[in-house]
Amino acid sequence: MRILLAVRNRAFFFFSMVMPMIFLFGAVVLFGRGAQGWVGYILGAILTMTVMGSFWGLSVQLVTFREQGILRRFRLAPVGAGPMLSSSILSNYVLAIPTVVIEMIVCRFAFHMTSWGNLWAIFLLVTFGSAAFSSFGLIVASVTNTMQETQMINNLIWTGFLFLSGATVPLAVFPGWIQRFALFMPATYLATGLEAATTNLAGPSEVFIDVVALALGLLVSFEISRQLFRWEAETKVPARAKLWVLAALVPFLAFGAYANATGTQLMRIQREFKTLQSGSANRMMPRGALPQQ
Amino acid sequence: MTEPVIQVENLQKSYGAVEALRGVSFAVEQGEVFGLLGPNGAGKTTTVEILEGMRPPDRGVARVCGLEPDSHSERFKERIGAVLQSTALPDKIRVREAIELFANFYPNPADTGDLLRRFQLEEKKNAFYRHLSGGQKQRLALAIALVNRPEVVFMDEPTAGLDPQVRREIYDIIEELKREKKTILLTTHYIEEAERLCDRVAIVDHGRVIAMGTPRELKQRSAGTTRIEVRLARPAADGTLGRLESVASSREFDGSYVLHSTHAPRTIVALVKQLEAESNELQSLEMFSPSLEDVFIELTGRRLRE
Repeated sequence: MRILLAVRNRAFFFFSMVMPMIFLFGAVVLFGRGAQGWVGYILGAILTMTVMGSFWGLSVQLVTFREQGILRRFRLAPVGAGPMLSSSILSNYVLAIPTVVIEMIVCRFAFHMTSWGNLWAIFLLVTFGSAAFSSFGLIVASVTNTMQETQMINNLIWTGFLFLSGATVPLAVFPGWIQRFALFMPATYLATGLEAATTNLAGPSEVFIDVVALALGLLVSFEISRQLFRWEAETKVPARAKLWVLAALVPFLAFGAYANATGTQLMRIQREFKTLQSGSANRMMPRGALPQQ
Repeated sequence: MTEPVIQVENLQKSYGAVEALRGVSFAVEQGEVFGLLGPNGAGKTTTVEILEGMRPPDRGVARVCGLEPDSHSERFKERIGAVLQSTALPDKIRVREAIELFANFYPNPADTGDLLRRFQLEEKKNAFYRHLSGGQKQRLALAIALVNRPEVVFMDEPTAGLDPQVRREIYDIIEELKREKKTILLTTHYIEEAERLCDRVAIVDHGRVIAMGTPRELKQRSAGTTRIEVRLARPAADGTLGRLESVASSREFDGSYVLHSTHAPRTIVALVKQLEAESNELQSLEMFSPSLEDVFIELTGRRLRE
């Protein structure tokens, strides 16, 4: 049902198809012209935005359904919160795929990207990224009581994710302390992983940590949102329950601490950025082969 | 003797300091249409929502088809159907899709085409939900409530806010269900709805059942009395109408006076004399045989929709 409703919604079409394309064309024209390696990098950033968009659409729709009393009707049917939420995540994934594919095709053929990037790594990151960010959206929907609250929190999260993860400005150009802080954010794992995969600088084994971080984030967030799920607008979330949301951050706090301690993630980000600057990225390199400095 | 399909004993529920239910008890037999009649805020919706498994009671027993209502129990939900006070569906879902969507949740659903025909929605099967009229939306809500062939159907004010024509259409559908021997619990604040559709009625006020029986039994409480509604040119002096011959009770509603008389002709003669003495004039006078409204007024001193 969610897929059907989304397809019939002009706003969905605009935000999930038109807007990413505008960003893609704008970014390639501004930053990628004449630098083929950068087209792959820009594709990674645009794919990140497309995948992260999952959390926005799902949270807004769930809150709308709850405010309008639509969820209340579903409550009378023999369907629990778990199946309902997991089907929402799945449909979000299905809805993201066409945009991802179109963005890749446009980059490959319209912007002459020299290779598809590492498709396995892209597949894993898009799949787990979409599911994880959908789950974050479910948490936002669970802890907010009104659409205004939802929009406000979404804007805050979205802005942070967008500008501090490497999805818009390459993380490598930020001061060290911001880079270290970014390692505690789920979006960083998606953005840096995808940017490495689309530029063919990383295969599945190089983005393993990123995929695991997103997968753990998905599991924890899904369970929390299932616990906090409300069918009716009049059922308010107790303030104490909102503390559960902090639990969703635990996997990323752990991965952030680990990545900061080992330094490997930041080294990889720096190395990939330098490779891009030197113009050697996005040539058909053997899968998983990272250029040595 | 078979167990009642719906059994409610001493049901109590509070929302903060507000006591919504203060010990509601009743039982509904197989194939019976049972009505909860009462004004807004009487506790009807809370009772139904507890029976649908959407709210837990604070105290008391509620059983439906021998099961405790539980919103987490698939077995329970498969046996009930429900029309909420206001059913909402996504604006851009089509009528057929909505029925099919809910049909997918159940193991043995009714045929979508049959439901569309039965609820006169065939012409609208491809229409978006947002383009339906109030009556069509309510017919769709009824179709969805019956999609799982439920043993018990809960209807919370199924005709509230609908125009009289649409209301009559919904009555016809409920009467058809009644002929099929479905067990139905409906809440209403429309007297004519309760009188027309219900085998038995419980009158609910301030969270309590204050009277229960068949509409005929309840009306017999007011048997032997006639309701006389009079409108006067000027307000009557305080209490004078209540002291007229054969008047059992009198009340003022919206500028008219309602008298319950045990002997209407004597009361009318006395009324005319009284008005002459006060130099007042009679603008209109109507007489009615007792209705459930009279029973409600007798029991509570208020009209149902006050």
